[in-house]
Amino acid sequence: MPFIPHTLEDERKMLASIGVDTIEDLFDEIPSALRAGELNQTPEGLSEMQLMRLMTERAALDRVQLSFLGAGAYEHHIPAAVWDLVSRGEFMTAYTPYQAEASQGTLQLIYEYQTMMSRLMQMDVANASVYDGASAMAEAILMAVRANKKVKSRRVLVAGDIHPRYIKACHTIVGNQGIELEILPFDPETGCLDPARLAADEAVALVVSYPNFFGGLCDVNALTDLAHAAAALVIGVVNPTAMALLQPPGSWGETGADIVVGEGQPLGIPLASGGPYLGFMCCRQSIVRQMPGRIIGRTSDLDDKEGFALTLQAREQHIRRGKATSNICTNQGLLVTAASIYLSLMGDKGLRSVAVQCHEGLQTLLAKALALPQVSQRFTGPAFHEAVIELPVKAADLLSAMLQDGIIGGYDLGEVNVSLDHCLLVNVTETKTVEDIEVWARSLAAALEDTSC
Amino acid sequence: MAEFPTELKYLATHEWAKLDGDIVVVGISDHAQDALGDVVYVELPEVGASVAAGDEVAVVESVKAASDIYAPIAGSVVAVNEALEDSPELVNESPYEEGWFFKITPADSAALDGLLSAAAYQAVCDDEDH
Repeated sequence: MPFIPHTLEDERKMLASIGVDTIEDLFDEIPSALRAGELNQTPEGLSEMQLMRLMTERAALDRVQLSFLGAGAYEHHIPAAVWDLVSRGEFMTAYTPYQAEASQGTLQLIYEYQTMMSRLMQMDVANASVYDGASAMAEAILMAVRANKKVKSRRVLVAGDIHPRYIKACHTIVGNQGIELEILPFDPETGCLDPARLAADEAVALVVSYPNFFGGLCDVNALTDLAHAAAALVIGVVNPTAMALLQPPGSWGETGADIVVGEGQPLGIPLASGGPYLGFMCCRQSIVRQMPGRIIGRTSDLDDKEGFALTLQAREQHIRRGKATSNICTNQGLLVTAASIYLSLMGDKGLRSVAVQCHEGLQTLLAKALALPQVSQRFTGPAFHEAVIELPVKAADLLSAMLQDGIIGGYDLGEVNVSLDHCLLVNVTETKTVEDIEVWARSLAAALEDTSC
Repeated sequence: MAEFPTELKYLATHEWAKLDGDIVVVGISDHAQDALGDVVYVELPEVGASVAAGDEVAVVESVKAASDIYAPIAGSVVAVNEALEDSPELVNESPYEEGWFFKITPADSAALDGLLSAAAYQAVCDDEDH
């Protein structure tokens, strides 16, 4: 049997047996407007030698930059042990194994990950992960619609201070499933959803983030209780680092959030130009049957020896097909491994220390920035490790000027909200020293001088 | 050998229905529980829900599969078997008695006559096995 799975002759026979002339005919039912067409802008292939040369030249164009860019992905120190261990052959799989029970080590690792995530979030259960933070939020919305038996509508309230790209991803994923996403505007003073203006009647769920996209810490206790009083479920979108320091979603309000999701990248995963990352997902025990993805459970075998097993997989797509809890679900196995090792190495105190240093760094940066007469803080209220400053010039112009100094000064909010095009979202993590912050502040001051005249 | 009590009516999708006074009790057959294996969870409808015949109203989940349960008759749900919440194994142990799923007040109990007899249902199961 040849190694190549099918030859042209095989293809011809297969097409003939189903009565089709060409492979292209198989795609006939897709409207031509949705087809990508020929990739005529794509150059011809390169040899390995040509490719190495090209990439070496490109790499030389990279400058080491001091980055204050956050906006959803955060530069944290990753202990060298994390990826040294993750790269071991035993862990080198991107997925949960298909012969799951024969892979006890992998199952135990995911079990430990679930345990650490549930504790960090103070939630009953965590799943083995999903794609990323944005798709985790979409999965949480679908889950809430299935789980909320008290409210029959398919209307979901989404706080307007959630990451705009997350909201966009949710529109893409749930938009064609008869679910109505109602984006609630944030208060222009605080950047937060105002509890006094929340009307959650007839809503299946309310989605809030903590910290929000602007780095702000809104009144999640009041929002949680108001939503629960109206029989809506509460979905929290949170930063995992922040949860070591702030109030975890399991204790929001009287009874806590119902579903918690977020981006796991800050837990030992490099920025890597935007991915791959991992989405985490936790919930309360009473609605666990509606949680997508897989959960590893600890059990004992016939000889009373401890073992690990896949649980709840009867609701997954290989068994339930179109009725599965999710049809785009995965488990980011390798990244879960990294997150588990990172969390194990950091421990409670280590993660808390990272969170404290991030927060203190932001305070130092804000003090420097706000000392400049042209700069003001855009939103009132507390922030975690990211905040918005308002400038007399367009943020995009200022960032270009700072880039000349080798500094990525922050994120231009004009990219997602035209009315905020004079606003810069700035992030500080434990990787930034006081000297780094001074370099940023000097560059900012100089750039303001340059762009103002 | 699975049991097929003759006093019950059946669906080809393996539910049984029994008229008890003016209430219809619904569960899954002995054959179905045996095919599913150990039942680990039953998701029941809301009491008060009105259902049409053929509606998906519950889900029974075993370690290897999750299957929809269809309403055999139109009406409104008047009771669900809350014992299944903590003891889903009752479905395996006593499919026709303690393992019942829900009770319906039928819109028209004569509609039960249109369901399968024990013999007809047994024939369906025999066909599936071969």
